[in-house]
Amino acid sequence: MWRDAVLVAAKDLRIEARAKVALNQVVPYALVVLLLFGFAFDQDRPLLVQAAPGLFWLAVLFSGLLAAQRSFSIEASDAAIDGLRLSGLEPAGIFLGKAVAVGAQLVALEVLLTGGIVVLFHTELTGAGLLVASALLSTAGVAAAGVAYGALSMGLRVRETLLPLLLAPVLAPVVLAATEAWRAALRLSTGDGWRWLGLLGCFAAIYLAGGVLSFGALMEGT
Amino acid sequence: MVLSVRLRSAVALAGRYPLLAGADLDVRTGEIVVLRGANGAGKTSALRVMAGLLPLAAGQASVLGLDPMADARALRRRVGLLGHRNGLYDDLSAEENVYFAVRAARLPKQAVPSALERLGLREGLRTLPTGRLSAGQRRRVALAVLLARRPELWLLDEPYAGLDAEHRELLDKLLREVTEAGATVVLATHEDRTAEVLAGRVVIMAAGSVVDGLLPDEATGLPSRAADVAQPGACRASLEAPFVA
Amino acid sequence: MKYTEVTSSTRASSSALASSYTRATRVLGWAALAALALNTWWGLWLSPPDVVQGQFVRMLYVHPAVATMCYAGFGICALGSAAWLWPRLRSPRWDRLAVAGAEVGAVFCAATLFTGSIWGRASWGVWWTWDARLTLTAVLFALSLGYLALRRAVDNPESRAMVSSIVAMLMALTVVVDHYATSWWVTLHQNTTLFKVGPTVHGWQLATMLVSFVAFGLVFAWMVVHRYRLEVLEEQYEAVGLQSALEARRSEVQGLTGARSPAEVPVR
Repeated sequence: MWRDAVLVAAKDLRIEARAKVALNQVVPYALVVLLLFGFAFDQDRPLLVQAAPGLFWLAVLFSGLLAAQRSFSIEASDAAIDGLRLSGLEPAGIFLGKAVAVGAQLVALEVLLTGGIVVLFHTELTGAGLLVASALLSTAGVAAAGVAYGALSMGLRVRETLLPLLLAPVLAPVVLAATEAWRAALRLSTGDGWRWLGLLGCFAAIYLAGGVLSFGALMEGT
Repeated sequence: MVLSVRLRSAVALAGRYPLLAGADLDVRTGEIVVLRGANGAGKTSALRVMAGLLPLAAGQASVLGLDPMADARALRRRVGLLGHRNGLYDDLSAEENVYFAVRAARLPKQAVPSALERLGLREGLRTLPTGRLSAGQRRRVALAVLLARRPELWLLDEPYAGLDAEHRELLDKLLREVTEAGATVVLATHEDRTAEVLAGRVVIMAAGSVVDGLLPDEATGLPSRAADVAQPGACRASLEAPFVA
Repeated sequence: MKYTEVTSSTRASSSALASSYTRATRVLGWAALAALALNTWWGLWLSPPDVVQGQFVRMLYVHPAVATMCYAGFGICALGSAAWLWPRLRSPRWDRLAVAGAEVGAVFCAATLFTGSIWGRASWGVWWTWDARLTLTAVLFALSLGYLALRRAVDNPESRAMVSSIVAMLMALTVVVDHYATSWWVTLHQNTTLFKVGPTVHGWQLATMLVSFVAFGLVFAWMVVHRYRLEVLEEQYEAVGLQSALEARRSEVQGLTGARSPAEVPVR
């Protein structure tokens, strides 16, 4: 399973390196989303500082949706998914490989977006440990859930609209917990940031385990 | 002789539409079967059922001795399917595409260059992203992917599409070679001369079932028409001892 | 269980199920109506207004029961999905139960949000409050809509059952996470929950509330039974449709080639 995961992750990342879709499309989209938030909040500086973590994680959620869709559109484009099913790769390995690839792209995006909120929303970065730890766990959860539900929606006629509908409510706790963890780290709230980390860990564990166990069935199902 | 494929009254659905409405088919090991039929006759669906990609709603199927539904994973490794689309990653080069398939099948990477060479893909073409190649070149890359995996059963859907005369002959030669080495080939095509050239048995499909070209022992109680559709250079098996079903 | 086995078993019971009404559900239906009537009478007239909330306490006779039935519906969906996934238990009836629970649950969920919102508006002047339970219910509603949309998008009954049971399980686990997330979130922001039913409910109020649970419980049961049967009827319809589609397809052969038609295929 791990061998297969590495192979698939390497393949997906190599494709991304060539096609540069995440770099050329998803990153600018996320940055524009941040800008739009600025417009929507009417430049209200104290409000933007308060809202920054939430807006950050919303931008990550929207980008995560795109990344998950992209992960499967490369398979759908030349019916490569049939090849993947026939390849002899273990479905759990395919799942992990794709999740790692999506996660890696999201982490890179998050680094850039952090720069974005520092610049646009005047955020001061504190509590780096909590920031990084919660970001990694959230990303794991988003990537795992995105790939699991992405596989489902891949074969369906209504793919583009079904995936957001499935994924957005599912990722709600991630947005909530990650935002609170970041608010605590950035000293915008007095709560205990670390227990949110536990929640994020549970979510990531559920979707990683769920995906590993059921990806075979999810890939066939449609 | 052993049967590679046996379909009995196979029914496969897409929603409520029967793609296959009770198809019977036998394919012997080492033989080349050419599926003919109009568009929508069910040739592609039959191939996909044999690959284990399309579940049966009714009827039985046995491919390489395995049930395509219950033993799908074990079966798929031993089967190679070339569909209408090539199944390539457009951003990867021919070499990388074949490499991925080879490593996924846990075969040594040395298989890659020889497969590409066998399909006439010269050095320069191997490193271009396949999205930039012509349709015929992409088809050949897809065939190279298949070849490198060394499947026991080759399922080809319109493999000649986009190939020029020189490369058609190349493919014909390749198919003869692999069957001599023990593989079985089932291919669906609109080309007329194929069965002759390949010394294959022609099976005609229409409306989701097989209507002609059945082997004598398939026709339960009905007169066989196999002899009537035998092409020159017909299946060698008819000259051999009775086969084992 | 393969699709063909489904069709044969539903065919066997088709004589017993020409429509989704039977005497049992007629009785159930009338009982539900009667209980609802009783609930309305007691709720609107007999029970006294509350000391604190005045007339708005009458929402007590609708909202908690509706909310409970909503959770019951989703609980049934989760149980049915789990049962379907269990190899030895697998059978189409669990999948039918799952979809019945999910759909009826979704209806009651919408009703919960609606009545909750009205109650909030009536008593506190706000259409929405970010209290833990209401927020959780909203997320639950969105999840259920996703589940139902997914079911509608998959054609093959067996893969639909497989895929939706897996998703139901994943969503059920997500709800557990959500529960903690929302309750922590709410305490963090020091919101008080609006709809805590305090220990002061007694006498007529308590009795009426119990009646409301019985009434909505009966309505819930009635809806689930009918939805389940509707699923059975749909499968029968599909099976009949499949037979005629098969025959139509096979008759194409005669027209096309004039060759002998393949042997009749019994759909086992």
